[in-house]
Amino acid sequence: MAFIEAHGLVKTYTPKGAPVVRALDGLDLEVPQGTVTALLGPNGAGKTTTVKVLTTLIKPDSGSAVINGVDVLDDPQSIRRMIGASGQYAAVDENLTGFENLMMVGKLYHLGSKVARQRAGELIELFDLVESQNRPVKGYSGGMRRRIDLAGALVIKPPVLFLDEPTTGLDPRSRIGLWDVIETLVSDGTTVLLTTQYLEEADRLADSISVIDNGQVIAKGTADELKASVGGQRVALTVVDEADGDAVRRLLGSHGTGEPVVTGGRTWVVPVDDGPAALAAIVGAAARDGIALHDAGMRRPTLDDVFLQLTGRTAEETPETTESAA
Amino acid sequence: MSATITSSAAPTTLTPIPGSAITRFISDGWVTTWRNLMKIIRVPEILLFSLIQPIMFVLLFTYVFGAAIDIPGEGYTSFLMAGIFAQTVVFGSTYSGAAMAQDLKDGIIDRFRTLPMSGAAVLVGRTNGDLVINALSMIVMMITGFIVGWRVNSSLLEFLAGVGLLLLFAYAFSWVMAFLGMSVKSPEIINNASFLILFPLTFISNAFVPSENLPDPLRIFAEWNPVSSLVQSARELFGNVPPGTPVGDAWTAQNPIATVLIGVVVLLVVFVPLSIRKFATLSR
Repeated sequence: MAFIEAHGLVKTYTPKGAPVVRALDGLDLEVPQGTVTALLGPNGAGKTTTVKVLTTLIKPDSGSAVINGVDVLDDPQSIRRMIGASGQYAAVDENLTGFENLMMVGKLYHLGSKVARQRAGELIELFDLVESQNRPVKGYSGGMRRRIDLAGALVIKPPVLFLDEPTTGLDPRSRIGLWDVIETLVSDGTTVLLTTQYLEEADRLADSISVIDNGQVIAKGTADELKASVGGQRVALTVVDEADGDAVRRLLGSHGTGEPVVTGGRTWVVPVDDGPAALAAIVGAAARDGIALHDAGMRRPTLDDVFLQLTGRTAEETPETTESAA
Repeated sequence: MSATITSSAAPTTLTPIPGSAITRFISDGWVTTWRNLMKIIRVPEILLFSLIQPIMFVLLFTYVFGAAIDIPGEGYTSFLMAGIFAQTVVFGSTYSGAAMAQDLKDGIIDRFRTLPMSGAAVLVGRTNGDLVINALSMIVMMITGFIVGWRVNSSLLEFLAGVGLLLLFAYAFSWVMAFLGMSVKSPEIINNASFLILFPLTFISNAFVPSENLPDPLRIFAEWNPVSSLVQSARELFGNVPPGTPVGDAWTAQNPIATVLIGVVVLLVVFVPLSIRKFATLSR
């Protein structure tokens, strides 16, 4: 049995005057002990709802969830004694200092004053917050708040750690610092379930990735497996002028084996059969048509391509954006 | 950063110290009360404004209305103070509503709910915070009242009973506001909503004018209004009832202290379990 197991999770919401939203629609999940599993998907895919069910915050309409042999729905209090959780928003008390926030969490885990203090001090050092530990969190930067929140999730050195978009809103340096911390925890045997919109993050941290869309897992495997499942090579063109988009779409469409897609406004990607030949033909055609190129090249599929192939949109945009753009 | 990681992240999970459910509840309640007291200390504006308002009310009513409202015996100030006390402590209970709504919005409730702590303790800590603010307000109001001529004409025991009754009623009311605070979508809503409840509740009463002179519908509301009973009880316990004051026929007017105690019990019996149940399903 896997360390974290969820089967057939369903959770629906009924917003006022709107049709029923199926936040979770029969979601299955298995996380082996000591591994990192990433839930990858766009906003509204059901990532946060999954974490909320597993961290005892909400009850699903149906389905089951078990962590380390303990039923999440029947015995939430035992689950709470072995998990650490950090949500999407830094859940810290603004009026308490960084140190006081961590000490409070330790006391509420019933570690006793002495251990709670000692552990708060360790975490302050671990997260590089020694200089600001005695200032109210109110004056902290966004990155510092996130670090206090994440440190709060580590107070008991939990065997299971849930991180809901842990690096959203962090600067690149803090993000890499946090990745180091997570990697160290995992090497010590901590089981981690993290959600992310960042493919790079899933690629770097996760042993296994579950791609979520519309409340279901639509694909899972290692990053390499997922990339291989998409297969083939890609040609990517970056145009100088965004207005050339339509011309590039037609051009790539006629040389590729699939639908060309645009990322970041000016970079177009299309899957191709024979990379070098396709690249030469496409660059030649672009020159004939008078399309100015910034960059042109072949590349292996990325998780972005996996996501595009599976869902028809990129992971870092919301479903609404895609619909209105389409 | 990486140098400290290896030494700090040991694999063994920290375990709780032994303790019974009751000692843990008390400990959790104390930690969350401490958290709310720290807020009072770190954001002194909260206390400042909750103290300035009653001082202003004492002075305004004493000198503006006091000249126009004729109360036999020791005059309007004596009559007024119990009303100001009651209004202030009832208003003071609204902090719980705003604070619960804010904590929910900030995600702190989510943090608490993933910890192996008592959910009820969070509410106890919150309502205790109101109690502390209210107790401090009472002291400041009494000093102000004393300066403008208010006197207690009863025994120490009766005086303490009066103070206790005011704080007890406000404490019960904090649970109502905490429940409302968890039921709304934003802290701003609870602030506006509480004024809609509290102004009629405190003004359509005998707090500032004798309710016998009110038009019939308002008089009946005032007679059955628990705030009237609270004010009447405090007046009696502080020895501030003007001689010859007519007492209403309603049972509530005849037995104000019993009415307040019944009100407190009813509020607590209804809203403590409601709030605890609400808290257990709460998430941002």
